[in-house]
Amino acid sequence: MSENVAVIGVGHSKFGTRKDVNIAELCWESMKPAFETANLEPKDIDFFVVSNAGMWSSEAAVPALIAEYSDLAPKGSMRVEAACASGSAAIRAGYTAVKSGMADIVLVLGVEKMQESPNPNVIELIGRFGSYFWEFENFGLTFPAYYALHGTAYMMKYGATEEDYAKVAVKNHYYGAKNPYAQFQREIDVETVMKSPYIAWPFKLFDCSPITDGSACVILASEEKVRELGIDEKIWILGQGVGTGTANLSRRETYTSLASATYAAEQAYRMAGIDVDDPTKYLDGANVHDCFTAPEIIAYEDLRFCRRGEGYKLIRDEQTYIGGKIPVNVDGGLKAKGHPIGATGVSQAVEAYKQLLQKAEPGRQADINRGRWLAHNVGGTGHYSYVTIYGLEKR
Amino acid sequence: MKEEIKKIIEETGLPVVRDEKSGTAQWVDLRELRLSYEISVENIKPFYEGLKEGKLLGTKCKKCERLFFPPQKDCPSCFDSDIEWVELKNEGTLETMTVVFVRPPSFSMYDPYPVAIAKLDEGPRILAWYNGDPRQVKPGMRVKVQVGRRKEGYLMYEIAPL
Repeated sequence: MSENVAVIGVGHSKFGTRKDVNIAELCWESMKPAFETANLEPKDIDFFVVSNAGMWSSEAAVPALIAEYSDLAPKGSMRVEAACASGSAAIRAGYTAVKSGMADIVLVLGVEKMQESPNPNVIELIGRFGSYFWEFENFGLTFPAYYALHGTAYMMKYGATEEDYAKVAVKNHYYGAKNPYAQFQREIDVETVMKSPYIAWPFKLFDCSPITDGSACVILASEEKVRELGIDEKIWILGQGVGTGTANLSRRETYTSLASATYAAEQAYRMAGIDVDDPTKYLDGANVHDCFTAPEIIAYEDLRFCRRGEGYKLIRDEQTYIGGKIPVNVDGGLKAKGHPIGATGVSQAVEAYKQLLQKAEPGRQADINRGRWLAHNVGGTGHYSYVTIYGLEKR
Repeated sequence: MKEEIKKIIEETGLPVVRDEKSGTAQWVDLRELRLSYEISVENIKPFYEGLKEGKLLGTKCKKCERLFFPPQKDCPSCFDSDIEWVELKNEGTLETMTVVFVRPPSFSMYDPYPVAIAKLDEGPRILAWYNGDPRQVKPGMRVKVQVGRRKEGYLMYEIAPL
């Protein structure tokens, strides 16, 4: 058993349209730097977890594929899926394996190659992440549409506007422009968002995260291994909460919050010793699941960065830029960095490592005073929620 | 097989094309799979009988009176499967909506469609297409659930202004 679990190595591929590589090559792009930063080799890994939602890409046995490509065979592995939260689910599998003592060093890889299929097929497949029979089969809900139902409810209840949503995209593109691994490395303004075509009202093209190829990798280790290997550069997993939502949106009580995320946040805060009523005092920044603009604002509230109904004021007042109340998605978020489904949660862990160890690229490094970073990763529309707290000092 | 791929195979002996944007070489997969499932509705047959009569049915646990929509045959509160079918009063309040402009290919025969969620007066919520002008929708407006016929010819419930 290991009381504490550390992230000792990280790697990140360039996100975007990656027609230049196959899936194994794309995996290796993030695995190689993860091994290098941890100063380890494939033979040192006890167990590995691969998060990959798949369907749009050809290879299903991705763990075996990378076991072959990178000499991880015959070590144990599994592929995990929790829609867009698959990456955090993989981290959970690795984290619990180390914490339980079943493994000392675990490699967690998130990968998605969405552009092996044409865009319309991806739109079709990704819309099937909710209740297939009751909400997709007859009503053709798409991924943006599921979240648009929340975006509309939020506007109607609190008086937020489409311009407020656009400001989330502007912020995340601002930081994406400073992240060399991001799919979109250019700034945009509110007008660009407002003039873009509707995808699912009230969301327009620039309210939506893109279809992305990419991989991200972290190596987790037990406290004993950290000591034994003399690892200086690492961050600790201080807590992780997990929640599940109903399949049907019609079975939910509210559309201005994701109950699973609220639930996961409370668990994570308690585990990490963070005051659930005032978490921003304990955090230097956060990555939240901005698959669309409105859900970033709803995440501020579910995570209690502000009171209910005040999330849109945080973005209006630029309080989630560096220097504000709490910097959010200063790697570009899903919106500008890209959202390769299975890689996203792992990418958030890579970002926590870079931010806390002050290795982020110029112009997007947050001030690190409290030594804690939060990652909020949602699968489907709150069908799965993971909130993970990373820290420089173990608990 | 697409004609252009056939031609490329004939010319080069391989299904390898150059990606238009990146110029990189791509193998075009020839093993196409069409997916369509058979989903059991054996235990919710009365729901579809109801639709034929223009009614919206849910299930109710006889023991604890918990109401289910979408209908389900087992009550997890009582560990009991003794349920009855009840007609839901078809009026309620609109809670939220969207208009799906970019549609899945399997819905390409439809124009952009509004989708709404309404809370029925008896409690359950329902998600369905909204048969009305989405620009006239106001929060909290009264709506009804009715049965319409789809372009594909089958019956399905929908939400409409009252």
